Amino acid sequence: MTQTDLLTLLPNILLVTWACILLLVDLFIPQRRKGMIALLAVFGLAVVMGIVLAQAGREMTAFNGMIVVDGFSVFLSVLFLATGILGIAIAYGYLKRMGIERGEYYTLMLFSISGMLLMAQAADLIVIFLGLELLSIPLYVLAAWARPRLESEEAGLKYFLLGAFATGFVVYGIAMTFGATGSTRLSEIVARVAGGEAVTTLLLIGAALLLVGFGFKVAAVPFHMWTPDVYQGAPTSVTGFMAVGAKAAGFAALLRIFVSAFPSLSVDLVPVLWGLAAVTMIGGNLIAIAQTDIKRMLAYSSIAHAGYILMAFVPYGNPKVAHDSVASALFYLVAYAITSFGAWAMVIALEKAEGKGLEINDYAGLGRKHPAMAAAMTVFMLSLTGIPPTLGLIGKLYLFRSVVEGGFIGLAIIGVLTSLISAYYYLRVVVVMYMRDGDPQVTSESWLNLTIGAAALATVVLSFVPAALFTLASDAVLKLF
Amino acid sequence: MNSMLILFIILSLAAVLSALGLLLSRSAVYAALFLVLNFACVAIFYLLLGAPFIALTQITVYAGAIMVLFLFVIMLLGAEKLPKSQSLPWQRPLAIGLAVVLLFEAGFLLFQRLHLTATLAQPEAQINSVDAIRTLGLTLFNQYLLPFEITSILLLVAMVGAIVLTKQEKGAAG
Repeated sequence: MTQTDLLTLLPNILLVTWACILLLVDLFIPQRRKGMIALLAVFGLAVVMGIVLAQAGREMTAFNGMIVVDGFSVFLSVLFLATGILGIAIAYGYLKRMGIERGEYYTLMLFSISGMLLMAQAADLIVIFLGLELLSIPLYVLAAWARPRLESEEAGLKYFLLGAFATGFVVYGIAMTFGATGSTRLSEIVARVAGGEAVTTLLLIGAALLLVGFGFKVAAVPFHMWTPDVYQGAPTSVTGFMAVGAKAAGFAALLRIFVSAFPSLSVDLVPVLWGLAAVTMIGGNLIAIAQTDIKRMLAYSSIAHAGYILMAFVPYGNPKVAHDSVASALFYLVAYAITSFGAWAMVIALEKAEGKGLEINDYAGLGRKHPAMAAAMTVFMLSLTGIPPTLGLIGKLYLFRSVVEGGFIGLAIIGVLTSLISAYYYLRVVVVMYMRDGDPQVTSESWLNLTIGAAALATVVLSFVPAALFTLASDAVLKLF
Repeated sequence: MNSMLILFIILSLAAVLSALGLLLSRSAVYAALFLVLNFACVAIFYLLLGAPFIALTQITVYAGAIMVLFLFVIMLLGAEKLPKSQSLPWQRPLAIGLAVVLLFEAGFLLFQRLHLTATLAQPEAQINSVDAIRTLGLTLFNQYLLPFEITSILLLVAMVGAIVLTKQEKGAAG
C-alpha cells in the first residue's frame, strides 16, 4: 500500500473507522441518550465531506487501478455524504417518536454510505460489486428496523430476497464481462474492446445482465415490483434515505460502467435503454395515479423519476451529446435528492404511531393550520411534477434537451406527456391541502423543520441559478470520456 | 484401464447417487448429509484434476462450514420432515423439459470435446503445484487487497445487522 492508495481511499477509511468506533461508543451510551450517536455520526460525515472537497480537482488512481478520484467521484461523494446527513436529520426525532431508536441505526447508515462512496470511486467491477453489497446489506437491516411491526419485517425480507436476486444478476454480468474481456478493470475492458480482443456476444450478455441487476437497484420498470412494498413498509426515515441514496448510487455505477466501459455497445444497447426509460416513465406515473397512501405514491413517483434519469443514458453512445446527457443526469440526481428528501421529511412530520397519518386525505386542512408546511409541500410537489419555479423543472429541461439533441424526440415526447400525467397525482396533494377541511396533526421537530425548510429553499433558489450547479456537474463528468 | 479411470468411475457413481439421494430423501437431515457426501466427491474430483487447493477449500468451506450451518438450522427449526407432496402441477413437465435440454447440452459438449481433445490446453504447471497457494496468497494480498478488505467490512456489517435484528430489547414495551 502506498501513500497514493491511502490518500485516495482516505474518506472511506475514515468513515468506516468512525463507524466502527461509534459501534463501540454506542455500548456506553444509555438508552435515553442515543441521539448522541446521531450527532457524532453527522460530525463524522461532515469531516469526511471536508476531506472529499479537499480532494476536488485532483486525479488519483490507487490499488492497481481499482479505485480512482476524479471529478465524477467527488461530485457523487458529496451528494452521498449530504444524503447521509439529511437522512440522519430526518431520522433523529422520528426514531425516538416511534420508539425504535437504537444506536446501530446511525452506524449502519455510515456503513451504507461508505458503500456508496466506494461505488462512486470504483473503477473495477469487483469493487463496484462489493460497494453495492456494502450499500445494500445495511439497508436490508434498516428496512426491517421497526420490527416486530409486520409491515417493516415484510419490507426487510422482501428487499433482502429480491436484492440478493438482483445481486446474482450483477455478479453474473460481471462474470460474463470478465469472460469476454479477461479483466474486471474498466480501463482494461475499454482497452481490450478497442483492441478487438473482446468477445462481443459475451460482452453484450454481460452488459445486459448488469443492466438488469442495477435496474433492480434503481427501481426501473419492469424490475420495480419490490419498490412500493418496501418503501411503504420500511420506517419512513429509511425510505427517504433509500429512495435518494441507493438510487443515486445505482445510477453512479451504471453511468461509470456504461459510459467508460461500454460505449462500443451503444448500437445494441440504445434500443433497450430507450424501452426501459419509456416503460419506467409510463408505468411509474400511471400506477401512481391510483395510490391513496402517500408513501406508496412517492414510491411510484421514485420509479417514474428513475425513468427520467434513465433517459440520460439513451444518447450515451453519441460522443457529441454524451457529455451533456451524463451531466444532466447528475444534475437531475441532485434535484431529485433535494426535492425527494423534502417530501419524505413532510411525510415524517405528519406520520403518527401505528402507521397512521399516511393517507393523502390526512393532509386535508394543512394549508390553513400550518401554512408554512403546506407551502413547502407545495414546492416539493411542483418540483416533482416539473412546474416553475423549481429545480425539478430545470432538471427535466436539461434531460429533455440532451435527449432531443441525441435525436430521440419520441422519448422526449413520452417524457413530457408522462410529466403531464404526473401533475394529476402531485397536484391532488396540493388540492387536498388547501381545498379540503381537516385537522392534520403535525409533529414539529427542529431538525425535521430545518430539513424541510432547507430543501424547500434550495428547490426554489437553485432553480434561479441552475447554471452554476450544471457547470459543476458538467466539470465532474469531463474526465469520464 | 488404469487406476485413475477406475477411481473416476467409482467417484462419479458416488457423486451421482448422492445427488439422487439428496433429491429423493424425504428427511431434510438426510438430504443435507447426502449433499455433504456429494461435496466430498466433487472435492476428490478436484484432486484428480490436480487442484489441491480448490479441493481443500471445497471440503472446509462447503462441506465443513456451510453444510454444518445448514444442519444446525434444519435441526433448530425442527424442519426434519418434509411434507408429503408439495409439487406444483406444472413442475414435473417443466423439470423433464429442462433435464432434456441439459442432457442435449452435455451430450453436445461431450461430442465436441471428443474432436477437440488434441487442442485442449493442459492447465499451467503452476496451478498443479503446492506453489499455487502461495501464488494465490500473493495475488490476493497484493493485487486484490482492496476487495479483500472491503469484504471484511461487509462481513462485519452483516454480523451487526443480524445481531441487531434478532436481539431481544431489554424492557421494550412490545
